[in-house]
Amino acid sequence: MTTDMLGKRVKRVEDQRLITGEGRFVDDIKLQSMVYCAILRSPYAHANIRSIDTTGAKAMPGVLDVMVGADIPYNPLPMAWPAGGSAGLQNNVNMPRALATDGVKWTGEGVAAVLAETPEQAFDALEAIVVDYEPLPTVVDAEKATQPGAPQLHENAPNNIVFDWTVGDRDGAAAAIDKAEVVVRQRIVNQRLIPNPMETRGDIGWYNPGTEEYTIWMSSQTPHIQRILLAIFVMGIPEHKLRCISPDVGGAFGTKIFCYADYVVVLEASKRLGGRPVKWIESRRENYQSTTHGRDHITYLEIAGSKDGEVSAIRVKTYANLGGRLSTIGPGIPTTLYARVLSGCYKIPNVFAEVLGVYTNTVFVDAYRGAGRPEATYVVERAMDLFANEIGMDPAELRRRNFIPPDQFPYENPSGLGTASGGAKIYIDSGNYEPAMDKALAMAGYAGMAKAKKEARTRGKYLGVGLSTYIEVCGVAPSKWIGAVGEGWGAAMWESANIKVHLTGKVVVTVGTQPQGQGHETTYAQIVGHELGIPMEDIIIQHSDTQGTPFGYGSYGSRTSSVGSTAAIKAAGKIREKARRYAAHMLEASVEDIEVEGAEYRVKGSPDKKKTFQEIAFALDLAFDAPEGMEPYLDETAYYDTPNCTWPFGTHVAIVEIDEATGFVDLVRYVAVDDVGNKINPMIVDGQLHGGIVQGAGQALWEAAVYGDNGQLLSGSMLDYALPRASWIPNLELDETVTPSPVNPIGVKGVGEAGAIASTAAVANAVNDALKPFGIRHLDMPLTPQTVWKAMQAAKGVEA
Amino acid sequence: MIPAAFEYVRATSLDDALARIAATDGAKVIAGGQSILPLMKLRLARPETLVDIGRLDELRGVRRLPDGRVAVGALTTYDEMLKDDVLRHYGLLRDALPNIGDVQVRNRGTIGGAIAHADPSSDMPAILLALDAEVVARSARKERTIPITEFFEGAFASALAPDELITEVRLPGGRDDVGSAYRAFEQPASGYSIAGVAAVIGARDGDRWGLCAIGITGVGDHPYRASGVEQALLAGASIADAAAHATDGVTVASDIHADREYRTHVAAVQVRRAMEAAIARLE
Repeated sequence: MTTDMLGKRVKRVEDQRLITGEGRFVDDIKLQSMVYCAILRSPYAHANIRSIDTTGAKAMPGVLDVMVGADIPYNPLPMAWPAGGSAGLQNNVNMPRALATDGVKWTGEGVAAVLAETPEQAFDALEAIVVDYEPLPTVVDAEKATQPGAPQLHENAPNNIVFDWTVGDRDGAAAAIDKAEVVVRQRIVNQRLIPNPMETRGDIGWYNPGTEEYTIWMSSQTPHIQRILLAIFVMGIPEHKLRCISPDVGGAFGTKIFCYADYVVVLEASKRLGGRPVKWIESRRENYQSTTHGRDHITYLEIAGSKDGEVSAIRVKTYANLGGRLSTIGPGIPTTLYARVLSGCYKIPNVFAEVLGVYTNTVFVDAYRGAGRPEATYVVERAMDLFANEIGMDPAELRRRNFIPPDQFPYENPSGLGTASGGAKIYIDSGNYEPAMDKALAMAGYAGMAKAKKEARTRGKYLGVGLSTYIEVCGVAPSKWIGAVGEGWGAAMWESANIKVHLTGKVVVTVGTQPQGQGHETTYAQIVGHELGIPMEDIIIQHSDTQGTPFGYGSYGSRTSSVGSTAAIKAAGKIREKARRYAAHMLEASVEDIEVEGAEYRVKGSPDKKKTFQEIAFALDLAFDAPEGMEPYLDETAYYDTPNCTWPFGTHVAIVEIDEATGFVDLVRYVAVDDVGNKINPMIVDGQLHGGIVQGAGQALWEAAVYGDNGQLLSGSMLDYALPRASWIPNLELDETVTPSPVNPIGVKGVGEAGAIASTAAVANAVNDALKPFGIRHLDMPLTPQTVWKAMQAAKGVEA
Repeated sequence: MIPAAFEYVRATSLDDALARIAATDGAKVIAGGQSILPLMKLRLARPETLVDIGRLDELRGVRRLPDGRVAVGALTTYDEMLKDDVLRHYGLLRDALPNIGDVQVRNRGTIGGAIAHADPSSDMPAILLALDAEVVARSARKERTIPITEFFEGAFASALAPDELITEVRLPGGRDDVGSAYRAFEQPASGYSIAGVAAVIGARDGDRWGLCAIGITGVGDHPYRASGVEQALLAGASIADAAAHATDGVTVASDIHADREYRTHVAAVQVRRAMEAAIARLE
C-alpha cells in the first residue's frame, strides 16, 4: 500500500470486476415481475402513418400491452442546445417524441412498443403489428437537401435548413482572400460515423405506485441531466420524484449524453402496468438505427496566404447533417464546438465560417468522441497540407511558420471564442507547439522520408507521411460561457464531489461525473489519496445515482480530470482543514501550529506530538470530545466551476504504405507526442490515446455509415460497418511534452478525445501524401482500397 | 436479435439425423451454428425445427483413406483442422485457416457447415475447389459423392438435396511436385473475401506446368474454378497473362465495399499473387 500514487501508472481498480464478468450493466439487472419492451421501428426513411393496428399483437401470448405515440401524453424530447449567432436563435426545432406521432423521418424511428412477459414474446408480437405507411420521397445528403426541389421533412424548415449560422469576420476574411497571393479551395467530406460503444443502450423504468416516484436505470453518461430533462421538460413531473441510475456503462463515446425516446417509453409503460418494472435493451442493429451518429459534414474550404507560407485566412461553408429530427445538443456540435476552433493551433488572423444545419432522412447526429473538434481539426489540418503543397513548402515547415508563438498565451482566436456571448471570454490558456512537433518529427525520422519513399517504390509501394498538429478543447466548461443561450446549452457545467470519512478512516467519495470505462474509480482515488495522505485501498469512488451523489453534469468533453478532479481536490481540502482544526483540539495546540504531511497532523517544532488522519477521523466521528461549535464527522462537499477550458495539443505523425496493385493502405507507423499537461495516471492516459488514435484512424481508412438514396442504412450491421481491429494497427509510439494547464491546481488538461481528434487528419494526410506522385490533391475518407485504386487509375499518365 | 420460435432435436446418430430430416418439414440442420444462428437471430431464417448433429462423433476427425486421399469429417472444426498433423501439409489450409473468423468461430465452425451453407464469399469452398475435393453426402435413401466442381450452384445454393447431410469431404493426397497457396483480399467489416483465391500449381515438365487449379470465392454469385486462368497457364502463358482471365465468363458481384470494376481487378491481382506464392512454395 502506498500513498505516493499521483502521477503513477497505477493499475485500474475497476478492471478486475469488468474483465471477469462481474460488472453490473443495465442488462444485468433483473427485478421482480419485470416486463420486457421491444420497439417496432420504421422500415421507411420518410413516411406518413395512416394507421397502426395493434389488435393482433395485443392478442399474442404473454403480451401485456402495445403502446403507440398517441398513448404517451408527454412533450417531445427537449432541445438543450439550440444554435444562436448572427441570425438569431433557430426557431424550427423538431424533436422526437417517445414514439412517432407525425410520421417517420428516418429508417428506425420508433413507431410502437410491445410490453410482454418475455423478450421472445415481445419480439414475436412486433411482427403482428400492422402499420399502414404512406411512403414519401427521401433525401439523405445534407447539401442536396438544401437544393430547390428536395423532399421536405418539416413544414417549419424550408429547404430543410435548421439554421444558417455564421461566426468570424465575414468582410475581413473576404478581403484577405481577395488580396492573397495564393488561395486553395477544396470540397471536403467528413463522413458519417456510427459510434459503436461496446455496450448498446438500454433502460429499465419503474414507477412505484405507493410513493408515486419513478426510477430509471439507464446506460447514460449524464444521469443528473436526464433527471432534469425527463422530469421537467418531457413528463412534467416533480424533479425529486425521478431517480436516475447509471450502473456500469460499457462505453459511450458521446452517444449516451443524450435524452432518448426509450427512456420515456419505459417510464410510462411501467406506470401503465401498475408499477411493474419495464426493461428495454437495444440490439446492435437498433443501435445503428436509433442511437446518434457522428460527424457528417460537407465543407467548402478556402485557405489563403502568401507564397512564403504565411496563412492569412481560412473560410468555410459547411453543411452539417443533423438527421430527421434533432438530438439533445445536435446543433451545438457543428457550431460552437466546431467553427469556434477552426483555426486550430495557428495564428490565422482572418477566419469566417458559415454552417448550415440540415434535416435529412437519417438518424440524428450529435456529439461523437471529440464532438465538432475532430471535424474542425480535419478541415484545418487538411487545409495546411493543401496549402503547403500548393506553394511547394514542407507541411511541417508551414505549420512551424504559423503556430501561435509560445509568448502569446493566453491567446484569443479570431473565430469567436474570445468574443463569445455570455460574459466569459474563452481563450487558449497555454501552449508550446514547436517542441512537440520537433520531438514527433525526430521520432518518426521525418528527415529521412524522401529516402524511405524511394525504397518503398522498389517494393511496389507508395509511402506517405502525414502530420496532425492538433489542439483540443477539454475541461468543458465555464458556466458563464457554456450557459449562454445560443452559444452554449443554456445551463451550467460545473462539477461536484462529496467526501465522507468513516469511523475507521475509510473514505467514500461521491462524484457527479459518470464513468463509461475511463477508470474514474482509479483516478479519483489517486487524487483523493494523494490529498489526504491515505492509501487508495482505503477509498472507494461512488457515482451514477441521482440519489446519493451530489449533482453533476456528467462525463463528456474530456472534463472529468480537469473539472471533476478539481472539485474532489477542493472537497479534500475542506476535509483536511477540518481534520487540522480537530487535531489542534486533540493536541492542545493552536490551528496555526498544526502542520500536515500526508496523513500526519503534528505540532510544529514538536514532532512527537502528532495524530494520524485515522485517529482524527475516529475521534471526530464518535464526537465524545468535540469542541464547542464543531460539528461531528468528516463530511464535506465541494462544487467547482472552471474559469476556462483546458487546451491539450500535440503532433501526430502517421506513415502509410499504399499497395500499387490494389490501393490497399497499410498503416505502418504511428508516432504521437501529446501534451496533456500533468498526468494523474500515465497508463490510463496511454490507454485513452491508444483507443482514440485507433478510433480516429478508423474514420480515415475504414468506417462509414452509408445510406442508400431511399434512406436505407446499407452499413446496417458490423458485417458492413468496418471497425478497426487490433491487428491492423502498428505499435503506437507515444511520447510527451508537459505544459501544465494553469486552469486547475494539478495542471491536468484531459485526454479522452485527443487521440481521436488528432489521428484522422494524420492518417488522411499520410495517404494523400503517398498519392502525390499521381497528382492527386485530396481524396475523401474513408480511404478504402477501392477509393485509392480508382484515384490512381484515373490519374495514370500523370505520374511523375 | 431474438429468433422466431422453433423446435429443437438433438440427433443421437447419423441414421437418426437422416431419418428426422427426411421426416420433418421445414427442418434445418445445425452443426457449429456459425451461419444458421445469425440468420435466425435476424429472422432471415425461420426453420420450424433445428436438428442438431453437433454431437455425432462419427462425423468428426481426419483420416487417411487406403488410396492415399484424406477424408475430413463434416463436423471437423476449423480449429481441429488447423491443429491436424495430416492437414498441416496443405499450404492452402495453412494460409486460410488462421484467418477464418475469430477464435470462437474457428472453435465452432465446421467444414461441412461451411460448404453446406454455400456462402458466395466463404474461404473454404475456394480451397476445396482448387484441391478438386469430393463431397460425400448421405440421405436416408442413399450415399453419393459429389465432385466439388458440381457442388456450388448459386448464392447459398448447392447440389445438396433437402434430405441430405454432408458426412465428409475428401481431399487428394499430398504431392511433392505441386505447390499451393491461398490469398484473400478481405472485406474489412465482415472479414469475408472480396476476392479469395486458392491456387494449386505443379507437375512442371520442361517449360510447361502440368497442373493448375484455381478456386475463387467472393467474386461471383458462387465460388468457382477459374478455368480460363488454368488453361492459359497450362498453355504456356505467363502468370500475369493467365491471371487476367480470373473472371472470364463470371458475373462479378458489386456492393458498397467493392464495385464490379474494382472487384474484377482485385480478383486478377489476387490470382496472380496466389499463383506466385504457390510456385514459390514449390521451389
